[in-house]
Amino acid sequence: MSVTTAGEHRSGFSLGEYLTCLNGIVWREALRFLHQRERFVSALVRPLVWLFIFAAGFRQVLGISIIPPYETYILYEVYIAPGLMAMIQLFNGMQSSLSMVYDREMGNMRTLLVSPLPRWYLLSCKLLAGTAVSLLQVYAFLLIAWFWDITPPPIGYLTVLPALILSGLMLGALGMLISSGIKQLENFAGVMNFVIFPMFFASSALYPLWRVQEGSPMLYYVCQFNPFTHAVELIRFALYGQINWISLAVVAGCTAVFMIGAILAYDPSRGLSRRGPAGGET
Amino acid sequence: MTAIDAITSGGVGPDSSPRQDPGGVPALSIQGVSHSYGPRRALIDVSFAVAPASFTALLGLNGAGKSTLFSLITRLFGIQSGRIGIFGHDISRAPSEALRLLGVVFQPRTLDLDLSLKQNLLYHAALHGISRREASLRSQEVLARIGLADRAASKVRDLSGGQMRRLEIARALLHRPRLLLLDEATVGLDVKARADILSHVRQLVAEQGIGVLWATHLFDEINSSDELVVLHQGKVLAQGTVARVIADAGAQDINAAFARLTAAVADNGSAAP
Repeated sequence: MSVTTAGEHRSGFSLGEYLTCLNGIVWREALRFLHQRERFVSALVRPLVWLFIFAAGFRQVLGISIIPPYETYILYEVYIAPGLMAMIQLFNGMQSSLSMVYDREMGNMRTLLVSPLPRWYLLSCKLLAGTAVSLLQVYAFLLIAWFWDITPPPIGYLTVLPALILSGLMLGALGMLISSGIKQLENFAGVMNFVIFPMFFASSALYPLWRVQEGSPMLYYVCQFNPFTHAVELIRFALYGQINWISLAVVAGCTAVFMIGAILAYDPSRGLSRRGPAGGET
Repeated sequence: MTAIDAITSGGVGPDSSPRQDPGGVPALSIQGVSHSYGPRRALIDVSFAVAPASFTALLGLNGAGKSTLFSLITRLFGIQSGRIGIFGHDISRAPSEALRLLGVVFQPRTLDLDLSLKQNLLYHAALHGISRREASLRSQEVLARIGLADRAASKVRDLSGGQMRRLEIARALLHRPRLLLLDEATVGLDVKARADILSHVRQLVAEQGIGVLWATHLFDEINSSDELVVLHQGKVLAQGTVARVIADAGAQDINAAFARLTAAVADNGSAAP
């Protein structure tokens, strides 16, 4: 592969350069994640609390009938596992996107953005890197869940991977779109209350939608239009080696829309403008 | 290059601008750049150029607009009016070509403290599409040059402030740019580390022909042979060689010249709020 040298005036980039860049961004994100043990632990504790405590308590309250993709009666823990996998990605997507837009990672974003590669590509790589980190978290969760008798077919661990990549990208892009577009949501507490909780609870993560429909037809429709529901269902089916085509279409469509929107809305000056770029007086 | 008149009290002869590089394009050209944050005007019609293989000091107090200018050159902010070119490549129209030729050291540290020196360098090389093998070679080379070859595997967190700065400069040079921007690179360093960084950068200008724009608010970092741009309250008050700026201001040294230039602005009452 040819290497750019000073004085060489050419435009465009080779495929090798694009891949080197992607590889470098993902590799750095993974390295940084492994160094931040607290982040890893807290990312794991959250879904495990739901699994070990919430699910155990609810097991008796909520009976789950046989619904696809399950072929037999299942425990409540088994039902909510895919929802918890999506929850990991939801938190991770919001967290990493928020730090991209606001100044916590500003220094890093500055060095990233002086790369000569196109800005849309750099941001896409960044979203992919965030997704890669969420994959590490999800598989660590699945490993622990296996000891808790959540044992999808072995092939499911492989077939769920593309679903996780797509849903991770969708949620990361959504996070970036929200934090770029809505000024008021500049801290994580705001995002938790107004984005994460509503998305998580108004979805099929904790209860099957037919049960929601019995209780509240209105909420049922809200859940159906919630892209997070489709991320959960995509993961649920993929974990059992099946494809839920509707969910796939919704998640793929939303990923495309959110990514384009996020790239257009991304404004690197936002993280700086709060502090005042020239002298801190803004 | 386009002739950019030095703003001086006296006339400027045709032979008086050493920044003229006949037949060559300037490493950096800023033409009529203005920038506002809402009602506050941070830069007002700023124009100057940095020649290849020159050391140009951008002198201004905190809040003069230096950081805004750097944010514009590095494409962090969109340009509101005016043009910025790097070796003739307009950064709005041909950002990739322009950024390939540009190396930057930002004022806040931008290293990953928990990663090793080498990992930091490899990451930067990847951002420029430099293959892993080539990046490894170049990393060793630049680490050797800044005397940190034996620390390649240690964490950046364990370096001293001066060593971190040198690493950042080495990193900025990894993709072999021809223009290097440094924004208050010596802030927070002790006297010796400051002198080391400064002489290192001057050496780069002399030996590798890199054009350097050195933003600072410290008069003692400027030599009499340097090119100087005085930025005050968003405006360029003077530019030219240091000796010329001092002479035109009718002062004895750079300190006095700066005081006179800024006092004149205050007297005219033309300063932006």
